[in-house]
Amino acid sequence: MIKIKIIDITGSFAENKDLARDIRLNKIIPALEKKEEIILNFVGVEGATQSFIHALISDVIRKYGPEALDKISFKNCNEPVRKIITIVIDYMQEG
Amino acid sequence: MEIYLPNSAFLGNIDPFLKKIDRSNQAKLKITANKKWISIHPVVLCMVAALGLKVKPENISCEKLEAKSKHYLQRMGLFTLLKIKAERSIIEHEPAGRFIPLTRITNSLELTKFITEIIPLLHLEPERADSIKYVVSELVRNVLEHSKSEQGAIVSAQYYKKSNTIRIGIVDSGVGIKETINNAYPAKTHLEAIRLALTPGITGTTQRIGGTEYNAGAGLFFIKSIAQINREFFMIYSGKAMYKLLKSNPHLKRVILHGDPFQERHSKGEDYPYWSGTVVGVDIALGKTKEFSALLDIIGEVYIKTIKERKKERYRKPKFI
Repeated sequence: MIKIKIIDITGSFAENKDLARDIRLNKIIPALEKKEEIILNFVGVEGATQSFIHALISDVIRKYGPEALDKISFKNCNEPVRKIITIVIDYMQEG
Repeated sequence: MEIYLPNSAFLGNIDPFLKKIDRSNQAKLKITANKKWISIHPVVLCMVAALGLKVKPENISCEKLEAKSKHYLQRMGLFTLLKIKAERSIIEHEPAGRFIPLTRITNSLELTKFITEIIPLLHLEPERADSIKYVVSELVRNVLEHSKSEQGAIVSAQYYKKSNTIRIGIVDSGVGIKETINNAYPAKTHLEAIRLALTPGITGTTQRIGGTEYNAGAGLFFIKSIAQINREFFMIYSGKAMYKLLKSNPHLKRVILHGDPFQERHSKGEDYPYWSGTVVGVDIALGKTKEFSALLDIIGEVYIKTIKERKKERYRKPKFI
């Protein structure tokens, strides 16, 4: 299992899509390839943009299917962050 | 070029200001102003700055400003950014008067730094800051990713005590919305391109529903919706077209969002002086701002509904013969 503490990478407002892409390419996808579980820990993250969350997980869902979400957990999300993650995951499954 | 700063130009009454911009002779810029008073939205200042940055400082002339409020232009950093001399020295205040002076953002790191700094400058409580950070981040990232603007994004914001509102302007001198959208959709006019750019799930990077790994086509829809739910103005101007979301009826209990921006209460036009790039102005009223979390419920619901409808439009139909 790998644990990723988002605040250590983005600061308290997660909006930098370049960083989101780095997390996806360098941490999430390699872990999925090894069939490892991933915990994305949003402790201390006060806000996130839809663009950030999209850059973080949309391509994972597209490439590995919604089943990839069985391996990914989102921990310590406040309400707005939780809602943005839900919106992105919902529309990726509609698309 | 010539730009006239009127006594009042906010999003509600900005149209005459936009129509008066003279884009001829692009090597020179003349700035003139109302003699008595200058009271303008930050987006107006951003536009002046964006035009001025295309011209050599020695080719910018600013007539002797007589209005009492002329110091505002200096406080907001217009003369500094354009590297031109103000007519007289004005006592500089620390930038803690609840405004964000004109700032040029050219890369992702500068944006992250800017977002960290704006909230203390605007003296906002954290729970009021979410919408502001969100709007600035998404709009500036649009500029950095799509506009191809050499100047990057020009940003400015101001708190207005009387209306308890933060007014934000973000302007670029890039390729404009039509060229960006045309990478994926055949918008024939600037207004059609703006309409598409404000529609959920439409991005200039792909026709695929859900977007690319990097773009979903949600940013402008979210921002227009934040303004709309808070019953405030949102204005976008690119090429010869301008779309303005008007304030919703204050007597309506609930604002209804639509996927199509033309179904909202709005004004629009396609006969404006050509703006090469994109101009966005947005107002966020703090007193009546719904919690960001509550905004997301409404925005998310309409976003998903619109995506579903778009997907359904692409269903193959059975051929009955």
